[in-house]
Amino acid sequence: MREITYRQALNEALAEELERDKSVFVMGEDVAIYGGAYGVTADLWKRFGDSRVKDTPISEAAIVGMGIGAALTGMRPVVEIMYIDFITLAMEQLNNQAAKIRYMFGGKCVVPLTIRTEGGAGRTLGAHHSQSLEAWLIHIPGIKVVMPATPADAKGLLKSSIRDNNPVVFIEHKMLYNTKGQVPEGEYTVPIGKAQVMRQGTDVTVVAYSRMALYARDAAGRLAEEGIEAEVIDLRTLLPLDIATVAESVKKTGRVVIVEEDTKTGGTGAEIGMQIVEHAFDYLDAPILRIAGADVPMPKSPTLEKLAIPDVERICAGVKEVVG
Amino acid sequence: MQLTKERAHRYLTQMMQIRKFEDKIMELLARNIAEGGSHLYAGMEAVAVGAINAINPDDYITSTHRGHGHAIVKDGDLNALMAEILGKKTGVCKGKGGSLHLADVSKGNLGANGVVGGSIAIATGAALSCKMQGNGRIVVCFFGDGATNQGIFYESMNIAALWKLPVVYLCENNLYGMSVSVERASAVTDLSKKALAFDMPAETVDGMDVCAVADCVSRWAARAREGGGPSFIVAHCYRYYGHSRSDPRVYRSREEERFWKERDPILLFSEKMRQQGMLTEEDISAIDQETTRQIEEATRFAMESPWPEPEELLTDLYA
Repeated sequence: MREITYRQALNEALAEELERDKSVFVMGEDVAIYGGAYGVTADLWKRFGDSRVKDTPISEAAIVGMGIGAALTGMRPVVEIMYIDFITLAMEQLNNQAAKIRYMFGGKCVVPLTIRTEGGAGRTLGAHHSQSLEAWLIHIPGIKVVMPATPADAKGLLKSSIRDNNPVVFIEHKMLYNTKGQVPEGEYTVPIGKAQVMRQGTDVTVVAYSRMALYARDAAGRLAEEGIEAEVIDLRTLLPLDIATVAESVKKTGRVVIVEEDTKTGGTGAEIGMQIVEHAFDYLDAPILRIAGADVPMPKSPTLEKLAIPDVERICAGVKEVVG
Repeated sequence: MQLTKERAHRYLTQMMQIRKFEDKIMELLARNIAEGGSHLYAGMEAVAVGAINAINPDDYITSTHRGHGHAIVKDGDLNALMAEILGKKTGVCKGKGGSLHLADVSKGNLGANGVVGGSIAIATGAALSCKMQGNGRIVVCFFGDGATNQGIFYESMNIAALWKLPVVYLCENNLYGMSVSVERASAVTDLSKKALAFDMPAETVDGMDVCAVADCVSRWAARAREGGGPSFIVAHCYRYYGHSRSDPRVYRSREEERFWKERDPILLFSEKMRQQGMLTEEDISAIDQETTRQIEEATRFAMESPWPEPEELLTDLYA
């Protein structure tokens, strides 16, 4: 199978959906002529023109709000928020409007809006360009939250998100754009709400998503050399959470390590851990361990930034502690 | 806009429907039959009636936290609106929205809003959608004077002007954002000047005069429909009740209230129509009786309607 980058996979998904459905359009800061801050929308403007690939002013609240209005009236907008840090400027529209409109209006309308954004640390960009805010988002009933780790999932899940009749926040990771992976030729989608077992194992379940899923897979490879068989689950979607796949694994292994890049307190791992307790408590042979981001704003210094998020070494150490 | 007898009849009917609907809600609130809050539109009837009658039935509107009047004119189903405000199963939003979220997308009402300024970008996006689809529709975006101090107002107006979107921004300037007057909240008190920042045409209109509002909106709506882009209308009006039922109205004088009530949109219009021979005394009396009957019927319908079933709690979240 051919190998392409995460960035190329996303670009293909957008191009194919723009081609397939006239109601799809792309809108955001620097998405047209420039091709997106991280190059995801490269060449789409040349191919589909101004009317379908639109540069906006720097107005995040209006970008999301206009996406809602267009979605309510027959379009299928894909809007880009350049950094997830800037979604804070659009939280009123996302939380109060996009997520609630269908329910508040008695189910009599749909809001097929995709908000593409990008998060995570790794480029020493400091506190306003490195956050992982997914925990804020999974606290909002009415939206879906998707965080792919591989190029194949990035493409298949973005296509599913665009075709979904609900608001989807699709969070890419800035350190994954250049990663390569096998991506099928031609049409396929990956369902929202389904986790994937990346690696089979019997001793411990490592639950992760986005970049941390790749770290967890690397850690599992190293641990195998030491005789520890870790099962790695890439959640792929955080809302709705595929707790069934996680619980099934935990019932087999009895031990859990959750790896998350977001800050620990009130983080995604807290929710995942509690759902494991609710669904598989009787099968747990050890306390659930969270390996998470430090509870600090992301520091600039590369040495401090590295310390602020999990890495393969910390995951290996955590697994050994739990398997103990 | 040419006023016909049919149109005069409709304007007066709808204004009386709104007034009596709101008076009834106040009564139901006082009797604790309506729970929660309601922001009442009484006094501002000419704006919703004039504006929405100046556009086509398949055009869109977005509404505000003070949205009963817009919904009554755009949706027209008094029973379903009254039931919604009481939280009943038969409500237009199945009892899940309430006073602050009256909406019927199928009839072009993209929704009232609990957040001041919350629907301005939504209206702008709907206008983008109309333009992209080339369906000839336009959007009227209602909001209050308070919303013109929100950031999203500027973001949205800028993009609408930049992209020449078919939207009419209609500011209902009722002089107060809850208790704070325009003078105490906005550095510019002639709110129409705010459109200058976007090179957007603006017009100020007497929001107590339904014909003036209809004329004004129909002109700017026609321009939007022809590709001329957005416009900004400021309608001067007055809400008779306080911001909400708990509001003692200490920030304004009874004299000021009397001044505005002497210019009551229903009285002014009735008198004008009598003088012009568009409506007779008998016509007006018949409209009065019929709208009273309609509101009593809507109230009875709402009060007798069932509550939503418990299963309804978890439905309608995702499509």
